[in-house]
Amino acid sequence: MLSLTRKLAEVAVSPASAATLFAGVPEAPKDPILGITEKFLADSSPMKMNLGVGAYRDDNGQPVVLDCVREAERRIAGKAFMEYLPIGGLRDFISESVQLAYGEGHPVIADKQVAAVQALSGTGACRVFAEFQKRYMPGTKVYIPAPTWSNHFNIWRDAGVEFAKYRYYQPASRGLDFEGLLEDVAAAPRGSVFLLHACAHNPTGVDPTPAQWRAISAAMKERGHFPYFDMAYQGFASGDCDRDAASIRTFLADGHRLALGQSYAKNMGLYGQRVGCLSIVADSARDAAAVESQLRAVARPMYSSPPLHGALLVTKVLQDKELKAQWYKETGSQLTWNHVTDQIGMFAYSGMSGEMVDALAAQHHIYMTRDGRISMAGVNSRNVDRLAQAIHAVTSGRL
Amino acid sequence: MQPEVTLHLSVTEGRVAVLARQLCAAPGGVSNWEHVEQAPPDPIIGVTDAWRADPDPRKLNLGVGAYRTEEGKPYVLRAVREAETQMLADPASNHEYLPISGNADFCRLSRTLALGAGSAALQEGRVATVQALSGTGALRVGAEFLAQHLPASNPRVVYLPSPTWGNHKTIFAKAGFQVREYRYFDKASRGLDFGGMTADLSSAPPGAVLLLHACAHNPTGVDPSPEQWASLLQTTHDRQLLPFFDSAYQGFASGDLDADAASLRLFAASGMELVLAQSFAKNMGLYGERAGALSVVCRSKAVATRVESQLKLVIRPMYSNPPMHGAAIAARVMGDPRLNAMWKEELKGMADRIKAMRSALYRELTARNAPGDWSFVLKQIGMFSFTGMTRPQCELLVKKWHIHLTLDGRISMAGLSAATAPYLAEAIVDVVTSA
Repeated sequence: MLSLTRKLAEVAVSPASAATLFAGVPEAPKDPILGITEKFLADSSPMKMNLGVGAYRDDNGQPVVLDCVREAERRIAGKAFMEYLPIGGLRDFISESVQLAYGEGHPVIADKQVAAVQALSGTGACRVFAEFQKRYMPGTKVYIPAPTWSNHFNIWRDAGVEFAKYRYYQPASRGLDFEGLLEDVAAAPRGSVFLLHACAHNPTGVDPTPAQWRAISAAMKERGHFPYFDMAYQGFASGDCDRDAASIRTFLADGHRLALGQSYAKNMGLYGQRVGCLSIVADSARDAAAVESQLRAVARPMYSSPPLHGALLVTKVLQDKELKAQWYKETGSQLTWNHVTDQIGMFAYSGMSGEMVDALAAQHHIYMTRDGRISMAGVNSRNVDRLAQAIHAVTSGRL
Repeated sequence: MQPEVTLHLSVTEGRVAVLARQLCAAPGGVSNWEHVEQAPPDPIIGVTDAWRADPDPRKLNLGVGAYRTEEGKPYVLRAVREAETQMLADPASNHEYLPISGNADFCRLSRTLALGAGSAALQEGRVATVQALSGTGALRVGAEFLAQHLPASNPRVVYLPSPTWGNHKTIFAKAGFQVREYRYFDKASRGLDFGGMTADLSSAPPGAVLLLHACAHNPTGVDPSPEQWASLLQTTHDRQLLPFFDSAYQGFASGDLDADAASLRLFAASGMELVLAQSFAKNMGLYGERAGALSVVCRSKAVATRVESQLKLVIRPMYSNPPMHGAAIAARVMGDPRLNAMWKEELKGMADRIKAMRSALYRELTARNAPGDWSFVLKQIGMFSFTGMTRPQCELLVKKWHIHLTLDGRISMAGLSAATAPYLAEAIVDVVTSA
């Protein structure tokens, strides 16, 4: 014991005088979306509004927990199982997710052509795919719509995959730049990966029509491009899960071998549970098995196996006829707000400049991302008037 | 048309469509996954699969690193159950996003558990902590951060003990580290090759990362003594190595949370910067809920603040923010005095049962005159025992005795019971004398 103390004294280094290994580490900028919530939390004004992150709020500005989810929680309470999930996740969860997205009994499912793993919500699905793309589609870029969710760039960058943008939003019309999109699809090198928002495009809320989707599918097939669908709002965009997944099914019908990242953060309100699914449609069962094994190989050194709780909840809801019907009803009812007219989904693209957004925060304690994206989920009957006035004040008729 | 006929037609159309797709799929296109090879199965998980498939009623699963009761069942701690019940009953509970850095209470409680309330580093506010996906997630985020932010003059080299948990190598390699090994397990004594370890670390390049198992080394169960830890501290300081502690068994090794943190606290008390990956998978039985924490002990509060901001930049493009459930349970258990006391008692109970299994196995081996010195079974610490059995001996254990284990000779004491220890002893004696 004495020698130990002596050792300690000999080695003790005074923190104040010793150099830090991390001297060169700069302060990182706050995340453009999640950092807004941080600023909001730090604001002491009782009138503050958080229109940044896409999470649902009721008319009192409180988080919403779906009844079907509460019931599922009650049913799984006291579970005797907390063991590790398999690396690829909960099999029943994966099966339900794939069916929800592609349609029950779809041939690609029946023929075991779908490689699928449980993922850490939408982010995790994108990241596992991006790592897979880096390894198995070397030299390909990911084409990202302009604009898109800000984290898409970070994900593919950290996976070591270069990006390029394709035209999507047309500010002048506040709609889709369809011609520009098709031109960019045609111009991209053959076999590029194209990131598509399956429905309720984030941040614009602008989606292609069914006819436009068919044309995009044909154009991408022509160039041998690989579609990666990011679906974070199935059931929320139109209130109909099948309609919201129609773009994916159109592509499947056209024979695309696609990938899909699904998130249950919004449509089941399971934000913090981090539940999602990554699936890749392959040519054969052999290929699907091999691809799936490689997706697991990405997951193992990242987090070993995905979290259990959220997957159990989703599975409970989707496997139980009553709970599933209740879920359909609850997601459908979110749309009686009539906040958004032409744009679809949770967000409205206001067209405000970064300076106007800054003024909204500084002068009116209203927080949103600097691209002018408003999360309509944060708007309710109590604050909508104040919001309208504040927007008018900072834009002063400039829009 | 009759509905059944319509259905039949549409199914047929579907089949034709599948054929068309398969016939017309562009050969050699990037959407063809022909070139993707089947990844080799994970060796540890493969053991449980084989055990499950084994029809023999005497079968034992000594592969998995999860605690089992005397009846061979998984165990959800009472403290954990109560915490979950409280959470369910709480009307304020919801599923909102956690911040990128996770549950703040959980982070604070986790690092205090590890470093001790009296830690100068904690009192001076110079520890950056983020919630992580159990130990794996903490290791990966930590490795990515170091690869990006260590000074350019620091080699991206990590020293891992030989042997170590298989996933360590993959994690660090993915983060861009070159992996080197330091001697650790001494086959002859089934103990620590301290001389070899010191020699290897003494010749490590300055600034390299040094991975240390805080206690209950996986897979060997061999831990340095307190004196050896003090010597390692000196070596680490002299060679300017950056210690990266992997703490997955705090409380599980000796049954005492503080005793199991001694090595970590020794290093932290010296004032050096270090990295810590904590897992609550085993010591709280939260395996599948992925509850863990990554801490970076820095020289100053200002540095810790900047480091934390950069840890968040690693996390955001990986999974945005961590899963809430496991951390919420752990925070309640650690933060509520009654639940905390309950937890400590159950933890000691689990550790004691493991120790009892070691005693039982040693007794049974001795009674059967097992050749050689098997006292290492008593000396090794934690869930695992590195038996030193050869691969052929292990294969015989599997095939002849239906005892499933990894072929490196590692056995999980958690998979044993008083009733099955005699059977294992008999099997071991058989294979080491015949194979």
